[in-house]
Amino acid sequence: MSHVHVSNTSRIWKVFGILSAVTIVEVILGILKPEALHLNHFLGMNLLNWIFYALTIYKAYYIVYAFMHMEGEKSSLRSAVVLPVIFLILYLLFILLTEGNYIYGVFKDSTIKWNF
Amino acid sequence: MEATVTTANSEEKTWGGGNEPMGASYGKLMMWFFIVSDALTFSGFLAAYGFSRFKFIETWPLADEVFTHFPFMHGVSAPMYYVALMTFILIFSSVTMVLAVDAGHQMKKDKVVLYMFLTIIGGMIFVGSQAWEWNNFIKGEYGAIETKGGSLLQFVDKEGHRVALADFAATLPVEREQLTRNKGKWFMSEPALPSYSLAEVQAGFKAHPDLLIRTEVIYEGDEATMKDAKINHDLTKIKHKTILTREESLLRLGQATYVVEGANLTRNEYGSKLFADFFFFITGFHGFHVFSGVIINIIIFFNVLLGTYEKRGSYEMVEKVGLYWHFVDLVWVFVFTVFYLV
Repeated sequence: MSHVHVSNTSRIWKVFGILSAVTIVEVILGILKPEALHLNHFLGMNLLNWIFYALTIYKAYYIVYAFMHMEGEKSSLRSAVVLPVIFLILYLLFILLTEGNYIYGVFKDSTIKWNF
Repeated sequence: MEATVTTANSEEKTWGGGNEPMGASYGKLMMWFFIVSDALTFSGFLAAYGFSRFKFIETWPLADEVFTHFPFMHGVSAPMYYVALMTFILIFSSVTMVLAVDAGHQMKKDKVVLYMFLTIIGGMIFVGSQAWEWNNFIKGEYGAIETKGGSLLQFVDKEGHRVALADFAATLPVEREQLTRNKGKWFMSEPALPSYSLAEVQAGFKAHPDLLIRTEVIYEGDEATMKDAKINHDLTKIKHKTILTREESLLRLGQATYVVEGANLTRNEYGSKLFADFFFFITGFHGFHVFSGVIINIIIFFNVLLGTYEKRGSYEMVEKVGLYWHFVDLVWVFVFTVFYLV
């Protein structure tokens, strides 16, 4: 509270514009599902999903940094909050998705039929 | 009041309390760390969803075939629109929240009141929309059949469009009454009977030679599936659910054991059983967060009205509850992507 607060209403509306535009792009892509994006894969995931995840992270950045005002906090607070979350989520996703994919392979190649 | 807003900071009393590590007050710092732990809880749920989806990647339901409803547009397939509307409502309530925080910094009580009121209304609309979404999800639209092996069969016509059980099921003279408490001397409870019995669905299917069965399997169009004589290759599109030939459809329907209508925690008409479980659990947990956010917002709203923060000389409490509210919006951004887009 030591720092002086200036009204940043214009920035709030600008961020709202960005978030809305990104959501509209996501919805349009989700409805159209362009084949060029949907049927081509990169690192095991199709390009459309890569775009969706990239836009999601982009939106998340603006919510945390502008709306939750992370950009105005001390860098020590920023790192203490953001870095553990990013690291732990990436780690969790890596182990669980690898394992899920492995079990898919086990089901697929097993001699026991499961989907009938 | 000093307990909630710590402002004192002097060099001599470093260990005497009242300091602000990382330049944030105690309450704000703890709200941030609560959000970190809650974010990890949600990511645990979403990662578990990803795990199950990867495990059943070939048979997972396609979101744009499940969420197709829009208010006052009955029977029209409108994927994504409703959930996009819900997303806008939540983002907009986040904007009014941050405007309330901004007005609080300038000690403008009237503006804080107005913006917090709008935020509460937005949150209530969102929770209501989620209830409507759940209602449609639980009720279902087309109905399906479960086989002996536990997989799900849906019905399509010769153009590949979905057909509801009600459109073709035969009416057979069967005396089967739903057990209710007021009839009978020895009461036995049972889950709601399906609108059509298995025999009626099977008889109706035989009577309509145009109908075909659609399995859960997503058609990838590789060499092995292209040669599969059991698949109707004219109707099946790549990255869509596989449609079977008439002969194979009749064969598969013979193995049916259960009529599935709508969704519950055991089975659902959309596909993989885990799909509905994760949908209920994750959107339910998020909805609970929105609900508690609305309650907290209402409490703070009345405090603002009573002038508590005016007297305290700081609207930091609005900022703290704002952090929580934005976090709820943040989680929705990920739930939206994972459940509706990908």
